[in-house]
Amino acid sequence: MGIETEYGILGGDGVRQNPMALSALVVAAYAQASGRRSRTRWSYEGEDPLSDARGWRLDGAAAHPSQLTDDPDRPAPSGDDADPGHLDGPLLRRHRPQDLERDDPAAANMLLTNGARLYVDHAHPEYSSPEVASALDGVRWDRAGEEVMLSAVRTLAANPHTPEVHLYKNNVDGKGASYGTHENFLVRRDVPFDELVRYLTPFLVTRTILVGAGRVGLGQAGEEPGFQLSQRADYIEAHVGLETTLRRPIVNTRDEPHADPQRFRRLHVIIGDANCSETATYLKLGMTSLVLGVLEAAVLGGSADPAADGDTPGVLAVPDAWAGLALADPVDAVHRVSRDLTLEEGLELADGGTATAWEIQRAYLDGVRQVLTDRLDEDEARVVATWDRLLGLLRSDRPAAAREVEWLAKLQVLEALRARHHLAWDHAKVAAVDLQWSDVRPERGLYARLRAAGAVATLATEQEVSDAVVHPPVDTRAYFRGEAVRRYPDAVAAAGWNGLVLDVPSEPTLVRVPMTDPTRGTRALLGPLLDASPDAGALLARLTGATPEAIPPSAAPASA
Amino acid sequence: MTQQHHTPARGDGEEPDAPVPAAVQANTQAVDDLLDEIDDVLEQNAESFVRGFVQKGGQ
Repeated sequence: MGIETEYGILGGDGVRQNPMALSALVVAAYAQASGRRSRTRWSYEGEDPLSDARGWRLDGAAAHPSQLTDDPDRPAPSGDDADPGHLDGPLLRRHRPQDLERDDPAAANMLLTNGARLYVDHAHPEYSSPEVASALDGVRWDRAGEEVMLSAVRTLAANPHTPEVHLYKNNVDGKGASYGTHENFLVRRDVPFDELVRYLTPFLVTRTILVGAGRVGLGQAGEEPGFQLSQRADYIEAHVGLETTLRRPIVNTRDEPHADPQRFRRLHVIIGDANCSETATYLKLGMTSLVLGVLEAAVLGGSADPAADGDTPGVLAVPDAWAGLALADPVDAVHRVSRDLTLEEGLELADGGTATAWEIQRAYLDGVRQVLTDRLDEDEARVVATWDRLLGLLRSDRPAAAREVEWLAKLQVLEALRARHHLAWDHAKVAAVDLQWSDVRPERGLYARLRAAGAVATLATEQEVSDAVVHPPVDTRAYFRGEAVRRYPDAVAAAGWNGLVLDVPSEPTLVRVPMTDPTRGTRALLGPLLDASPDAGALLARLTGATPEAIPPSAAPASA
Repeated sequence: MTQQHHTPARGDGEEPDAPVPAAVQANTQAVDDLLDEIDDVLEQNAESFVRGFVQKGGQ
């Protein structure tokens, strides 16, 4: 799993550059700060943002331009036959680009040694975290993204020839614009998409009470004064859909697994807020993974999959209670949950009757325990315990919950400010606190100041965060990506989520190393090989004794 | 910078005798401290800062 965050961006006093140019400067500044002037390009090979999980594919000509995030010049992926050993498939040959200048995209783009991607998306700098295998690692590498952004801000501020730029980890400008924080989860392909939609919807709609970041203003442009739990709720306008930039859905159907599509899908969750709270990030990833884990277990429980039986008695199934949680109007419920500060409003259920967001979250937690209790690892058990504890505190002790529930922490500050200075919800100072809550500069960011004062809970140490800025997680394919870039910076010609392209002098062409399984490419699998390879040529030689396959016709470069 | 210390205004319906855990006390103190220095931390002109915070839509 992982989180990608588009940061809000603002030029300092007198800065006139447009946000796209400023965002590109952020990426360039980080490249300078990290001492990496690598020529590695992003590889779009294998990306397909218009493929829909419901089984069809949007025609590129019919798509809104903002949906076209891949490179149309690139060929479709070749069908790799996975072979055992270190590789996810055969090495593939690719022509060396004839004209590097022409091929070099203006869009700033950086592959980080921690396995993340830093680039410009829709006029915002975006940090896409490396793939992580646990919610706790999700927190570490998400926080690392904040440090990356801070480093860029400091670098620009220190240089008299570059404009000052401020960055915010939020999702709204209060004028009607929203930008996203997307979670991605690897899900077994054999979980029917209908089931995902059915069981995820009530969960995603109601998890806001635990993981909302809080927002001043009601309505997309903050037309009405007030406070709500979620940054993102007012921009959710559909139940299920492919779009991410307009008519945003509760369940996004983009079917672009960045992995072997026969085995995996990547669930792209766009309803979530950008969180400064580490507990919120932890729960957002952890709870959602566990709900998906139940749906996966239910698929396995009904089949003869040899990996599934083991010692677990009985057949695993989706908890009966979850079937009754379907909401009568999910989109309306998103808005209601976000605006109900009491957490006591009943939401209409499809089968009649009502349930509060709190009750629905409780039912999901109970279901996770019921199905997965014997199978939880340490990190997952801690997620369950945190989920349980915070649901309890939301009912019994809100001031205590504010240490870990971000919207409550923000509300606490805002209510105190309002009381002290007798301010209405539409006062500029109140809105300024909301915006500056997430400023990445620790002396300016209000959440960062609460953290420094020990007023909010943390899950990652400063050392863990600074390590995560430089190093990849060791237990996903991000390890291989990050380490290859760190060890052989000049040899990695391009890299994407599901493959690396190496340029080695001893080879007549570029060589593409596929990484179609996100759970491989780990330190356990490839660490010794990397350690034994002083350069990328040696790595290639060790990866396979065989010569890479000949260039397939489809991999020829687009005609100039 | 003002030195008055109001308690956050969420007292309605709270049990006055309920013991306040240490973590929560620290929390309240931190919020008060933050408000004491808020004018130094917030951008100088809150109104123009909020008005100027205009973003392009994203994903």
